[in-house]
Amino acid sequence: MIQFQRFRLANGLTVIVHEDSSTPMAVVDVMYDVGARDEDPNKTGFAHLFEHLMFGGSLHVEAYDEPLQMAGGENNAYTTNDLTNYYIQLPAENIETAFWLESDRMLSLAFSEKSLDVQRKVVCEEFKEHYINKPYGEVWHKLRELAYEVHPYRWMTIGKELSHVENAKLEEVKNFFFRFYRPVNAILVVAGSVKLEQIKRLAEKWFGDIAPGEKYSRNLPKEPPQQKGRKMEIKADVPLDALYKCWHIASRLDKRYYVADLITDILSGGGSTRLYQSLVKEKKLFSNIECYHFGSLDNGLLAIEGKLVKGVKMEDAEDAIDQELDKIKNELVSETELTKVKNKTESTIAFEDMSVMNRANSLAYYELLGDAELMNQELEKYNVVTTEDVRNEARKIFREENSNTLYYYSNN
Amino acid sequence: MITAEKSSIDRTVAPKIIDAVDLDLHLKPYSKYILKNGTEVYAIDAGAEEVMMVEVVYYAGDWYEENRLVAAATNFMLKNGTTKKSAFQINEHFEYYGSYLSRACYNETSTITLHTLTKHIDKLLPVVREMLTDSIFPEEELAVYKKIMQQRLSVNLLKCDFVAQRTIDAYVYGEEHPYGRISRLEDFDALKREQLVEFYKNYYLDGKFITFIAGKLPQNLEQLLNQNFGDLSNKKPEAVNYSIRPASEKKQRLINDANGVQGAIRIARHFPNRHHPDFLKIQVLNSLFGGFFGSRLMTNIREDKGYTYGIHSYIQNHIQQTAWLVSTEAGRDVCEAAIKEVYLEMKRLREEVVDEDELLLVRNYMMGSILGDLDGPFHIISRWKNIILNDLDEKYFYNSINTIKTITAEELKQLAEKYLQPEEFYELVVI
Repeated sequence: MIQFQRFRLANGLTVIVHEDSSTPMAVVDVMYDVGARDEDPNKTGFAHLFEHLMFGGSLHVEAYDEPLQMAGGENNAYTTNDLTNYYIQLPAENIETAFWLESDRMLSLAFSEKSLDVQRKVVCEEFKEHYINKPYGEVWHKLRELAYEVHPYRWMTIGKELSHVENAKLEEVKNFFFRFYRPVNAILVVAGSVKLEQIKRLAEKWFGDIAPGEKYSRNLPKEPPQQKGRKMEIKADVPLDALYKCWHIASRLDKRYYVADLITDILSGGGSTRLYQSLVKEKKLFSNIECYHFGSLDNGLLAIEGKLVKGVKMEDAEDAIDQELDKIKNELVSETELTKVKNKTESTIAFEDMSVMNRANSLAYYELLGDAELMNQELEKYNVVTTEDVRNEARKIFREENSNTLYYYSNN
Repeated sequence: MITAEKSSIDRTVAPKIIDAVDLDLHLKPYSKYILKNGTEVYAIDAGAEEVMMVEVVYYAGDWYEENRLVAAATNFMLKNGTTKKSAFQINEHFEYYGSYLSRACYNETSTITLHTLTKHIDKLLPVVREMLTDSIFPEEELAVYKKIMQQRLSVNLLKCDFVAQRTIDAYVYGEEHPYGRISRLEDFDALKREQLVEFYKNYYLDGKFITFIAGKLPQNLEQLLNQNFGDLSNKKPEAVNYSIRPASEKKQRLINDANGVQGAIRIARHFPNRHHPDFLKIQVLNSLFGGFFGSRLMTNIREDKGYTYGIHSYIQNHIQQTAWLVSTEAGRDVCEAAIKEVYLEMKRLREEVVDEDELLLVRNYMMGSILGDLDGPFHIISRWKNIILNDLDEKYFYNSINTIKTITAEELKQLAEKYLQPEEFYELVVI
């Protein structure tokens, strides 16, 4: 059980406090309710570019990193398709520095041309490093476009193309900030060696006078149920043929989400899982195979990807996957196998909760989902899943008309 | 629109801080057990979650192999079959209890690491023991391993950063030295089961291990360890010496992918190991140079010029001797410009005394980072492991804190003059 307390400032900022006196550190985590899904289709990659700009100085603080490092703190941030998160860890004695820095950049950024200019270039290099200059790096750009016709999960967090980032204008940066980066759209979590009363005082002092802003009401196009299986073929300069398949699954708050999550653990992720044992070890069709999903808040994707052993035909590899999927659709998994993946979930959660940083991050995340208390109910939601649930959910997911397949051929 | 004027507080003034450099840092001491066979066990009992880790470290790294890849393959295949259990059954056993059994092979050592909920430890240690005493290295498992590793290597060989890292290591140490040894596709073909069996016999069955344990530990830990590991061999292998044969040409440019949009840059020089009196001081100079987000290299080459997503310098984590490296991936057309800036930053460090504000920033950053890194039992044991395997003691930790607090700007300049000399550096770009 993770204990926490919650209060709200008059301007709408939600504050969660998690006291843990066993560490000398404090963590300050600010989560904004905006991700790549909220972008204009013609200006993708903006939420992420913006995350970079958040370090380029704010209204009263020229440089963000230096004062924090002076206080012995470290920070980082990430953007996903769903949200943007900023976090700081520092000696608890210096916690006010984190309040000062985070509140000033929530008040307003400095909006400097120089910072925009440099960060555009940095993000373009990040784009190249991860998605252009890497074998198979383009795959998820293509697969998302194949699987989603209307929902903004069509593009990746980094953006649809380099030019969107290259053309970002300072005016757009400002608009984005004042639309999304407001107290009503943010969650502040403070964890570690801190006290509730102290945080109430600091939150009021530093964040209390920031104008609330307008609550962003999300109205994204809903992806209609897929009616027909989709296929795509690509040839590229890669050493091995690869096969990718993905299927639409339920959204994060649906109880079906937990079943889908357990299905990925039954199929892959360990030496005793089904796809690995059957297709890598026994049939020797793949040199590696993985099954995973993205944990998306809206309806997400469950994917299977694998690299084929040289000489294996794509169709044969796909047939073998289908046979494994037929098995999970037609036969109940054993209680032992289901217990195994539930045990894995229990232990994953326990290991994640070891660090104060992860606990702070999770509290912010579940609060964004609707209630930080959900964090403590997570394990129970996995534990109630039955072997029938697994079979029924597998039948719903692994349908031909719900599938998207990419044959990624090697030119060699 | 918000207005700053409403603010009742003066946001231009930073809140008062306690300089991290004034923090009093302590490394939680370990408990030490000696098992019946003389094996050392180092343990940190701490943490709120009911989890723990056990790491068995053998002197069975690449250092001891006579043929390429034998040490790594032997270590990997410890999980692939004993006389009583197949690879599948071993995996199923650990996974059923939600535990993770990983293994890794390094230069001098190889490890077997178990992460588990504390309540399951007694069901898991006997199978760890089985792997360490009864592995059989099935021919068929080895064939699958070789194929998978070859395919993985063929993918990695297309990545400029992967190629650059192994190539610079080969330049610095020579290809015959374990630190510079490069695995080639054909080396996997040459791997034979008999080589693994022999290596297993010499360096596991008749070898030496040390054990590191951390987390919320069970009452009967010592008894459990004695039961499972107390009768295994504990004989340190004979020392093997390698000499370094660096490349004769210091500056090289390679084209790995004619269409590549980035180049991987590596700039490296030899550096002595942790026992050298300059080692701890150089950690401070390195932080200033390229060791953190506020470093000279990052500030200039990423935050001012935008040539790269990231640039770092670091001392490699080797035991015998090591190297000081600068590493980055930069846009193809700005690689040479980025390299020029790296040398310019070396020059500034040689010629200008760093001002006290910047030095205080580096001190505070380093102290904060150590404090953050002492969070939780796994981090603490990992610091101890580093100290113990490098044949050091807790003085190393406290000396390092002391160095961060007291090194002077003038000393840093002298060290830069001594070590940041461009002609000492090997330089490589792989596109």
